[in-house]
Amino acid sequence: MTYSRILGTGSYLPDHILSNAALAERVDTSDDWIVSRTGIRERRVADAADKTSDLAVRAAEKALANAGVDKSAVDMIIVATTTPDMVFPSTACIVQDKLGIPGCAAFDVQAVCAGFVYALATANGHIQSGLAKTVLVIGAETLTRLLDWEDRRTCVLFGDGAGAVVLGASDEPGVLRAKLAADGRYQHILNTPAQIADGKVAGTPFLHMDGPAVFKFAVKALADIAEKTLAEAGVDKSELDWLVPHQANVRIIESTAKHLGLPMERVVVTLPEQGNTSAASIPLALDAAVQDGRIQRGQTVLLEGIGGGMSWGAVLLRF
Amino acid sequence: MENIEARVKKIVAEQLGVNEAEVKNESSFVDDLGADSLDTVELVMALEEEFECEIPDEEAEKITSVQQAIDYVSAHLNK
Repeated sequence: MTYSRILGTGSYLPDHILSNAALAERVDTSDDWIVSRTGIRERRVADAADKTSDLAVRAAEKALANAGVDKSAVDMIIVATTTPDMVFPSTACIVQDKLGIPGCAAFDVQAVCAGFVYALATANGHIQSGLAKTVLVIGAETLTRLLDWEDRRTCVLFGDGAGAVVLGASDEPGVLRAKLAADGRYQHILNTPAQIADGKVAGTPFLHMDGPAVFKFAVKALADIAEKTLAEAGVDKSELDWLVPHQANVRIIESTAKHLGLPMERVVVTLPEQGNTSAASIPLALDAAVQDGRIQRGQTVLLEGIGGGMSWGAVLLRF
Repeated sequence: MENIEARVKKIVAEQLGVNEAEVKNESSFVDDLGADSLDTVELVMALEEEFECEIPDEEAEKITSVQQAIDYVSAHLNK
């Protein structure tokens, strides 16, 4: 039986920090309001000259270095993003070109904030079935470019960044269980409905969110999928060492932790410094906790995310 | 009925982090008890869990005070 395991992690955050105080000068909001409702204190904004692929490449190079894997060994690149460089080709192809490793398979996964768990589950499936051996799985976003800076309900929530893992074939797990779900009936509560037609942008190109509806859906869906993923893997929640959740709202994260019976010391939270970086948030948080020594080899880790679609998923793994 | 009232008040106090004595029947979650929009969502979810029922969003929006929560739960548990 072939399994997949994470060989190394890496991440990249833009230098420019946008604090709540700085935001309050642009839009009618306050540090207090943002912190009490979301837990966010600041977020990073990508340099205007950088595309999503640039952030992705920087994270990928660090993940490869940390894994001790030469880039020539990569036989598949999956980029989870909602903010691709262009309509086509995929950001993964652009990343492949910038890394200088032509030939390997490369494609994007679009599951918004659940993108990284979708990409990781996809990579795991390819490795388990023998279709790939070494997959570069990247979550990268320049989501601040979809924000309406006059909409104080949404513009305070998001940030830019990228995270990556190298997932490799292994005789032992690794990934214990991956589980994905979606419910398109709820597409309207979180979306950016614009499309390109006849040479023009049709529809609003800004992120729209019905906050309370998303909150309620997320709390229920994340608790449900965490429970099912653990049950299918035959792992009791008391065996969990770490929860690495998508970073959208600290109150959603606290609710999931409570449901799993995990104290917040066992939850990796990057939200105060990064905001919601969509598909990048989970690998960014994972890398932070690996680099500072919190997450150790052999520990049991649950990753889970949810985003527009609604789409959501979880990956349970032994790091 | 008394039982429902006491259970609702206990949940309201827990969810909003206020003393149970402050929770009057006429208390408005937002105006009197300091709830924000996400608190009210969490409160409705806690009520759903406690009373094992689904409160549709359009109904949930109308529950803005302790009495309205008691009335909703009483009406729907008796069905």
